[in-house]
Amino acid sequence: MDYEFLRSLSGSIGTVFLVASFFGFVLYAFRPGSKRVHSDSAEIPFRHDDAPAQDSGQEAQQ
Amino acid sequence: MLDYLKLAMLGLVTVFAAIAANYGLDAAYKLHAWIIMAVSGGLFLWQLRRTGEPAVAVPTGEYMDGPVRAAAIATAFWGVVGFLAGVFIAFQLAFPALNFEWAQGYANFGRLRPLHTSAVIFAFGGNALIAASFYIVQRTSAVRMWGGNLSWFVFWGYQLFIVLAATGYLMGSTQGQEYAEPEWYVDLWLTVVWVAFLLVYLGTILKRKEPHIYVANWFLLSFIVTVALLHVVNNMSIPVSIWGSRSVQVFSGVQNAMTQWWYGHNAVGFFLTAGFLGMMYYFIPKQAERPVYSYKLSIIHFWALIFLYIWAGPHHLHYTALPDWASTLGMVFSVILWMPSWGGMINGLMTLQGAWDKLRTDPILRMMVTSLAFYGMSTFEGPMMSIRAVNSLSHYTDWTIGHVHSGALGWNGLVTFGMLYYLFPRLWHTKLYSLRAVSWHFWLATVGIVLYAASMWVTGIMEGLMWREVDAQGFLVNSFADTVEAKFPMYVVRGLGGIMFLSGALIMAWNLWMTVRSAGQKPSSDLVPAE
Repeated sequence: MDYEFLRSLSGSIGTVFLVASFFGFVLYAFRPGSKRVHSDSAEIPFRHDDAPAQDSGQEAQQ
Repeated sequence: MLDYLKLAMLGLVTVFAAIAANYGLDAAYKLHAWIIMAVSGGLFLWQLRRTGEPAVAVPTGEYMDGPVRAAAIATAFWGVVGFLAGVFIAFQLAFPALNFEWAQGYANFGRLRPLHTSAVIFAFGGNALIAASFYIVQRTSAVRMWGGNLSWFVFWGYQLFIVLAATGYLMGSTQGQEYAEPEWYVDLWLTVVWVAFLLVYLGTILKRKEPHIYVANWFLLSFIVTVALLHVVNNMSIPVSIWGSRSVQVFSGVQNAMTQWWYGHNAVGFFLTAGFLGMMYYFIPKQAERPVYSYKLSIIHFWALIFLYIWAGPHHLHYTALPDWASTLGMVFSVILWMPSWGGMINGLMTLQGAWDKLRTDPILRMMVTSLAFYGMSTFEGPMMSIRAVNSLSHYTDWTIGHVHSGALGWNGLVTFGMLYYLFPRLWHTKLYSLRAVSWHFWLATVGIVLYAASMWVTGIMEGLMWREVDAQGFLVNSFADTVEAKFPMYVVRGLGGIMFLSGALIMAWNLWMTVRSAGQKPSSDLVPAE
C-alpha cells in the first residue's frame, strides 16, 4: 500500500469505477417505472407532520 | 448500571480537569480546564440526584422536539452574536482605532476574525443544521428520534465545543488552520460529539417507517459523514504537552496546504452546501405546500454534487508551491460543479411552479426563494473565480470576501431565517407573532447583502488592478498602503450593509421571542386537532 500503488490505482480503476458508478446512479434514476416511485417519494414530507407513524401500518394514517 | 458508569466518568473528568487547571502551561488551556471542570462537576451533581430514581417512560406517540427547540433558539442567539462580531470587525478595518489599545491581544481584528467566522459558520450554521437534521429526519422517517437523550448530548456537547473554540480564539489558542482553528483537545471533543450526531441520525433512519429515504436526508447524512472525515484528517496533530494547548500538525508545507484547502473547500461544500440543501429540499416544499419539482433531478443533483465537490479544493492554491496539475484539476472540477449547483437551484425554484403568487403574500417563502437566487449567484461566481486567470486578479483581494458573504449571508443566512420562521410556530404550537416584521427582516437583510457584495466587488477588483499596475519602466505603481487608503469608502459601505443585516436579525430575534411568549398565553384547548 505505498504511494505509487495507491496513485496508479486511483489513476486507473479508481477513476473508471467512480465515473461508471456515477452514470449508473443517473441511469437508475431514469429507469422505466421510476416515475411512480419518485412521485410517491416526493410526497414524504407531507405525511407525518405531527406524530410518528403508528405500528398498525401507515396506510391507516393516509 | 449506566448511571453509575456516567457518575464515575464525570467524576474522573472533573478531577482530571482540576489537575489540568493547576498544571496548565498557557492561559487558554487553564481557562478551558476550569470550564470543563465546572461543566462536568455540575453534570456530576445533576446525575447524582437522578441516579436510582425510577425511569420516566418515553412517549412513543410523539416526536422528540426538545433538542430541535433548543437548537433553533441557539441558532438565533449565535446568529446575532456572529453578525455583531462581523459588523464590529468590518468597522475595525475601516477605522483601525477600534482596535483598542487596552484590548490588544484579545479583541483586535486578528483575534476577533476567527471568532466571527466560526460563530456564523459553526455556531449559527451548525445549530441550524442540528435543528434541521433532527426535525427533518423524524418527520420524513415517521419515527421518534433514536437514542433517547443522546440527541441532547449532541446539542449541549456542540455548545460546549462552541464556547471552548470561541474563548480559545480570544486568548490566542489556535493551530492556524483556517476554519479549523481549535486546538487538539477541542478537536477531540468535537469528534466525540459528531460521532454521537451520526449515531442519532443513522439510528433514526434505520428504524424508519417510510420505505424510502427522503432526499433531504441524503444531503444531511452526506454532510454529517463528510464533515467527520474532513475534521479528522485536517486536525491530525500531535500535542506538545498534555498540559498545554499547543500542538504540531502532522502534515507540513505544501501537503498541509493541500489538506487544509481540501478541508476548507469541503467545509463549504458539505457543511454550507450539502447540509443547507437538505434544509432546502424539506422546507421549501413544505412552505410552498407542494412537492419538489423533480425528484429525479434531486437524485442526480445529489450524486453529481457528491462526486464533484470533493475535488475542488486546490483552486484555493493557484500560483503556490502546489503542482500546476493539481490546481488545474481543482479548477476544472470547480467549473463542472456549476452544473449540479444550478440544477439544484432550478429544482428548488421550479417547486414554486403554479404557486408563484404565494411570493406576494408570504415573506417566509420569499426569503427562501431569495436564498436560492443567492445560491445560484454565488455558485456561478465561485467557479468563475476558480479559473486561474480570473484568480490571478481576485485572489487575496476583497472580492473573495464579497463572494463568501453573498453565499453565507444570502444563501445560508436567508434559508436559515426562513427555516426558523417555519419552525418556531410549529414547535411551540402557535402562530408567528408578526408577518410584517418578517417583511422588514427580509428587506433589511437583502439590501444589506447587496451593499456588502457590491462594495466588495468594487474594492476587490480595484485593489487587484492596483496591485498589478506597472509603469513604463516595469515598476509597480502602487504601494500596499495606497490600496488600503483607496478602499476606505467601500469599507464603510460594507459596514453599513452589515448593520442592516444585523438589525434584520435582531428584528427576527424579537419576533421569535414574541412568538414563543404568545404560545404560553394561549389555552391548550385552542390547538387544532390533526385531521
